[in-house]
Amino acid sequence: MSKIYDVIIIGAGPAGLSAGLYAGRSRLSTLIIEKAREGGQIVNTSEIANYPGSLEEESGPALIERMKSQAKRFGAETVYDTVSEVELEGDVKTIKCLANTYQAKTVILANGAYPTPIGCPGEREFTGRGVSYCATCDGAFFEDLEVYVVGGGDSAVEEALFMTKFARKVTVVHRRDELRACKSIQEKAFANPKIAFLWDSVIKELKGEELLDTMIVKNVKTGEQTEVKADAEDGMFGVFVFIGFRPQTALYEGKVKMQNYYIVTDENMNTSIPGVFAAGDIRVKSLRQVVTAASDGAIAATQVEKYLEAEACSVI
Amino acid sequence: MLVVDKETFGPEVLEAEGYVLVDFFGDGCAPCAALMPAVEAFSEKYGDQIKFTKLNTTKARRLAISQKVLGLPVIAIYKGGEKVDELVKDDATEANIEAMIQKYI
Repeated sequence: MSKIYDVIIIGAGPAGLSAGLYAGRSRLSTLIIEKAREGGQIVNTSEIANYPGSLEEESGPALIERMKSQAKRFGAETVYDTVSEVELEGDVKTIKCLANTYQAKTVILANGAYPTPIGCPGEREFTGRGVSYCATCDGAFFEDLEVYVVGGGDSAVEEALFMTKFARKVTVVHRRDELRACKSIQEKAFANPKIAFLWDSVIKELKGEELLDTMIVKNVKTGEQTEVKADAEDGMFGVFVFIGFRPQTALYEGKVKMQNYYIVTDENMNTSIPGVFAAGDIRVKSLRQVVTAASDGAIAATQVEKYLEAEACSVI
Repeated sequence: MLVVDKETFGPEVLEAEGYVLVDFFGDGCAPCAALMPAVEAFSEKYGDQIKFTKLNTTKARRLAISQKVLGLPVIAIYKGGEKVDELVKDDATEANIEAMIQKYI
């Protein structure tokens, strides 16, 4: 625990990796702490079509792989550890993890967000047994089976389209009577013969023997509840959930200023604590995309450099 | 780590003596690929006490489903032809896997 880094970046998604790249290029001693694997939510995305310069039909993992090696090339270190406690006040910030404790003069919070669960009985129990939040991971299991995709935004409809590569039939379950996804994606979905829609509907319960085979769907307009059972031949179906994200901010509650669980920053990514910055999906912002996460990371790292320069001057 | 497939899963895992660890992965599964080096490292460390195997489910979809594996990654422990323990998806972290291995050695 002897080394004090210039900056510790918590989270290795697009925001964290972009911050790592910029910090590394500025010759700041940089540590990225990642609890599981680089990429964040983007690892679960089958195609990144809207990131400027991304290759045609490039997957999330492939894009992240390039971001990762780019950050590494400029000297950012990465450790795999889970942050358990943070002390953010003062000139030296302490980040306690399960395996080790790390210290730095500044911190960039780039934990990102995780998929919002449906929140119904059976969901947790059947995760990995029919319920999934990752089409690229689990889509292939549902070859020639029926799949329900929950949500109506860009990612839900894009993943529904992706699932038609495997599934016999894909039904989009959406709580409203129209999609929120952008028009170009909607058009593709409406034109795809394998995709059906269950409007005004929410899933109330997921059930099964060992694998998911039954669900209760409620029509939010009529209040009517219907039991949907798997085709007898199949004996199971899949439910893929894409209904938005929640910020991973539990560690920072009561420490930095938040609004509705998101961290509040100014346009330079400053949080309410000097020397603590936030970047990416974790902060209050209007558009949560790879491109805006990468932008946040770049700004945060640049501000870290300015903050360190100012601190150095004030010491002298 | 011993690579198993739909033909060898029976003899190498289900009919094997003692505890067998199986890393269920898939071709398009980035989290699986990211986790694999950690499991490989554990096989170096604990390989003389537990048999380490890996199964590409993309080429053995029916077998995976028969083992109640429908979401990746899954790190499972088998004994006497039965799955006795498993870590699924987000629970399959390096720390959790090592803790699970230590329960069976």
